[in-house]
Amino acid sequence: MRPHLLALLAKEPAHGYELKQALEQTFGSAYPSPNIGQIYVTLGRLEKDGLVRAVDVEQSNRPNKKVYYLTAKGRDSLVAWVEEPTEGPRVRDEFFMKLVLAPLTGIADRMALISRQRRHYLSLMADLNDLLSRTDPRDRVAGLLIEGAMLHLQADLDWLERCQEDLA
Amino acid sequence: MSAAVLKAVNLVKIYSGGALPVPAVRGVDLEVEEGEFVAIMGPSGSGKSTLVHMLGGLDTRTSGEIWLDGKRVDTLSESAWALLRREKVGFVFQFFNLVANMTVADNVELPALLAGISPKEARERRESLLAALNLGDRADAAPAQLSGGEQQRVALARALANKPSVLLADEPTGNLDSRNTRDVLRLLGEVHKQGQTIVMVTHDARVASLADRLVSLFDGQIVDDGRIARRRTGTAREVIDLR
Ligand SMILES: Nc1ncnc2c1ncn2[C@@H]1O[C@H](COP(=O)(O)OP(=O)(O)OP(=O)(O)O)[C@@H](O)[C@H]1O
Ligand SMILES: [Mg+2]
Repeated sequence: MRPHLLALLAKEPAHGYELKQALEQTFGSAYPSPNIGQIYVTLGRLEKDGLVRAVDVEQSNRPNKKVYYLTAKGRDSLVAWVEEPTEGPRVRDEFFMKLVLAPLTGIADRMALISRQRRHYLSLMADLNDLLSRTDPRDRVAGLLIEGAMLHLQADLDWLERCQEDLA
Repeated sequence: MSAAVLKAVNLVKIYSGGALPVPAVRGVDLEVEEGEFVAIMGPSGSGKSTLVHMLGGLDTRTSGEIWLDGKRVDTLSESAWALLRREKVGFVFQFFNLVANMTVADNVELPALLAGISPKEARERRESLLAALNLGDRADAAPAQLSGGEQQRVALARALANKPSVLLADEPTGNLDSRNTRDVLRLLGEVHKQGQTIVMVTHDARVASLADRLVSLFDGQIVDDGRIARRRTGTAREVIDLR
């Protein structure tokens, strides 16, 4: 979440709760709603590393609130994040490890593992279908995020079939 | 005992035209209940098309039994089976098979008319199906004037036109892009909710995830048959992991 907060602060200084709202607004319903504690912990770390700085702003009959802004070092770090190539998603290797090691364990055979995993992927896909149908079609960021998750899942299923053809 | 709309007992298909006999389906037992949506998945060549063709009476079995609405059908004469099929089975082929010299509208209405539905009702049903698939304005076109994806949607509308006891479909979204797939998904979800029994071969995970149950074929045999769990998570957090 570090670079995401830096990006929001590049636009304008903000306090923790505003950052939470901005994340929700930008990504819509598809973004796993960040919890406020997590945001404050991250801001604390960014501050310690000198990427953001906080100023106390007085509020009438409330405790002071901290408004965060980006430092020059923070901006450099953000630029580096934007410009570096992004790693591709990695193959979900935990299931693959199970599959390769299965014959040694005597616990389940590969065919059974693959079949169970296929049904599990389909129930995840059913969840995504649900989520998409509950998402406002005008919320393009959320829609695209869900479609991306669906395409990844489809690739996982195709790969499962390849494993079945070659290993089972 | 609950009524199975469709039942296969130890169904076998061996193609014996070539130099070596090809066992395409090797002893399949399957019961599909009324209103159930069954997805069939499996690698290429695992016997999916052969199985649904036999279930729909489009290919003869080598041995075993097929029951439709409580009636044994594999022992019927070809013409008796064809008659029954018109009434009770809707079929979407992997390679759509539309009648080339008929309009889209006539293609969709024909099976309903053959099944004895009144012309008025057949037309109304055709209009609503084509509209649901976003093809309302292509009714007067000839199949050759349509894209592959459009033809596939017409084939689906045709298969549903006579309100069949069971819809059998072989890769009905094989030629569709994601927007057209969405229309098909919506229609399938709707007719399923209205109680339509569906057996569908598909590689498309979005389509398969609409099903209640998944049957996995491998080498002509069922290697897995079970329900697709619905978890009703509600929140994006559990579904999408951005990290
Ligand atoms: N008419 C035929 N004559 C001889 N062999 C056939 C015939 N039709 C299919 N086969 C063989 O039967 C097996 C099963 O074929 P089928 O078409 O049912 O597979 P499928 O699971 O539908 O594959 P795909 O995913 O590629 O559509 C394959 O080995 C195929 O080569
Ligand atoms: Mg096939």
